Amino acid sequence: MAVTRNADAVAPVRAQGPMSIWLTRHASTAVGSLGRLARQPLASLMIILVIAVTLALPASINLVVKNAMSVSGSWDNALDFSVFLKPSLSLDEAEKLGQLIGQRADVESVDLISSEDALADFKQQSGFGEALEQLPDNPLPHALVVRPSAGNTSASLVLLQEEIGNLPETDHVQVDTEWVKRFHAILDIVRQAIMIGAALLGIAIVVVIGNTIRLDIENRRDEIEVTKLIGASNAFVRRPFLWTGFWYGLFGGLMALALVQYGLFMLKGPVARLSGLYQSNLSIASLNFAEGAAVIGLGVFLGLFASWVTAARHMRKIEPR
Amino acid sequence: MIRLENVTKRYPGGQEALSGLDLSIDNGEMAFVTGHSGAGKSTLLRLIALIERPSSGQVIVDNQNIRRVKRRKIPAYRRQIGMVFQDHKLLYDRPVFDNVALPLIIAGVSHREAGRRVRAALDQVGLLNKEKKSPETLSAGEQQRVGIARAIVTRPKLLIADEPTGNLDPDLSLEVMRIFRRFNEVGVTVLIASHDISLIDRLGCRRIALEEGRLQQEVDPWQ
Repeated sequence: MAVTRNADAVAPVRAQGPMSIWLTRHASTAVGSLGRLARQPLASLMIILVIAVTLALPASINLVVKNAMSVSGSWDNALDFSVFLKPSLSLDEAEKLGQLIGQRADVESVDLISSEDALADFKQQSGFGEALEQLPDNPLPHALVVRPSAGNTSASLVLLQEEIGNLPETDHVQVDTEWVKRFHAILDIVRQAIMIGAALLGIAIVVVIGNTIRLDIENRRDEIEVTKLIGASNAFVRRPFLWTGFWYGLFGGLMALALVQYGLFMLKGPVARLSGLYQSNLSIASLNFAEGAAVIGLGVFLGLFASWVTAARHMRKIEPR
Repeated sequence: MIRLENVTKRYPGGQEALSGLDLSIDNGEMAFVTGHSGAGKSTLLRLIALIERPSSGQVIVDNQNIRRVKRRKIPAYRRQIGMVFQDHKLLYDRPVFDNVALPLIIAGVSHREAGRRVRAALDQVGLLNKEKKSPETLSAGEQQRVGIARAIVTRPKLLIADEPTGNLDPDLSLEVMRIFRRFNEVGVTVLIASHDISLIDRLGCRRIALEEGRLQQEVDPWQ
């Protein structure tokens, strides 16, 4: 009767492959743990809801950032830049130059803003109307607003801006898209902040699941003792609790996705209205497959991790007396 | 099957449960350990089941010095021994069948094989028709028989029982002892702690009397 690893210890048992034993054991434990959760539906639902909200929070903020990026991304494509011409240039000359630039392959269109139009706009918008009346002559130059064609890369764009800037008629070129870059930088910071927040929330999930599993272990202390007494290993008594953690994580993740989708559904109407007001075609992007899988995967990982740590810590302490 | 050599078990309080005990139980034997409570009966069984370790001395079970069984290997060691307890230690949240099947599930026996063997074990203790019942609905005697079925379902070579009839009236006690006797007759070594001397005498088995952790007297009707 030498101590052997597993089933061999028991006299004549029809041998089953270790893999199939492993699978059968896990399958039945998984179902058993699920049944246990189902027997206390309200308590289980509460835990799952806590996990779901905790996962949904960073996921939805991340979604907001993603949408903000895609909206501002479409502005990014409109890389209009302004070309301020030398004050000495006449309106005719400016118009000719504009047409010339407009013929370039890498330019889609050119708008001329004459110095008079610019002054009129400025008077209206700046509120310095009266002060500007006092000026003897118009200090503003003619300007061209150049819209590069869609085929431009960022390198060819810089080249285009340089070429136009080097024309003898050009005073200087101003690129108006700096703020888009700044906006993106802000979104990057927000994204970083979400990651930090998500890490904290992840710790919260581990604590919640860990505590629940700990109570569960306490409640089943006698059962664990008896099972160990008749030869169950730590791994065997730990297994149902790992599955419990797994189910909490899985259902928490799924419910988090449902919450996010519900939130998107609620926003659909208002966004459509806003989009109508701007006569544009805004639509909200939802979580893609990889992101959805990440939410569920994170839930499962945290559930397993929490139950593993808790069960490992407590199971060793419970020995038959 | 079991050999103790100069075994002493001292508890942290300094009190000695067993003092230099020498004992030998042969393969296929059925023996009783008797004595007042505190005489060391339970301690002896707990040492054999590796619930506790001796303070000194050797315990050899089936040619294996259990001092060498590492902590990690204790579960595998226990699976080779059938254990019966005074308070049955059944799991009351599941039916009789699942209780008896538990050691087989732990050992990784296939479902079909487990079902067959659980029914065989229940049949041997006369509870075949109770497999779907909850242990709570059974009488004390029936619960103890479920405990025995669980202990023998893995067909161990050694069966140990701590006061298995402690909570039973004389008729039920005799019935339970007869079940043990039947297993002994097919070759299982049985060691039972009990204080019910009149019952033991009726069975005509070897009796090992302990007092204050020492061997007081041995009665062997076969010698």
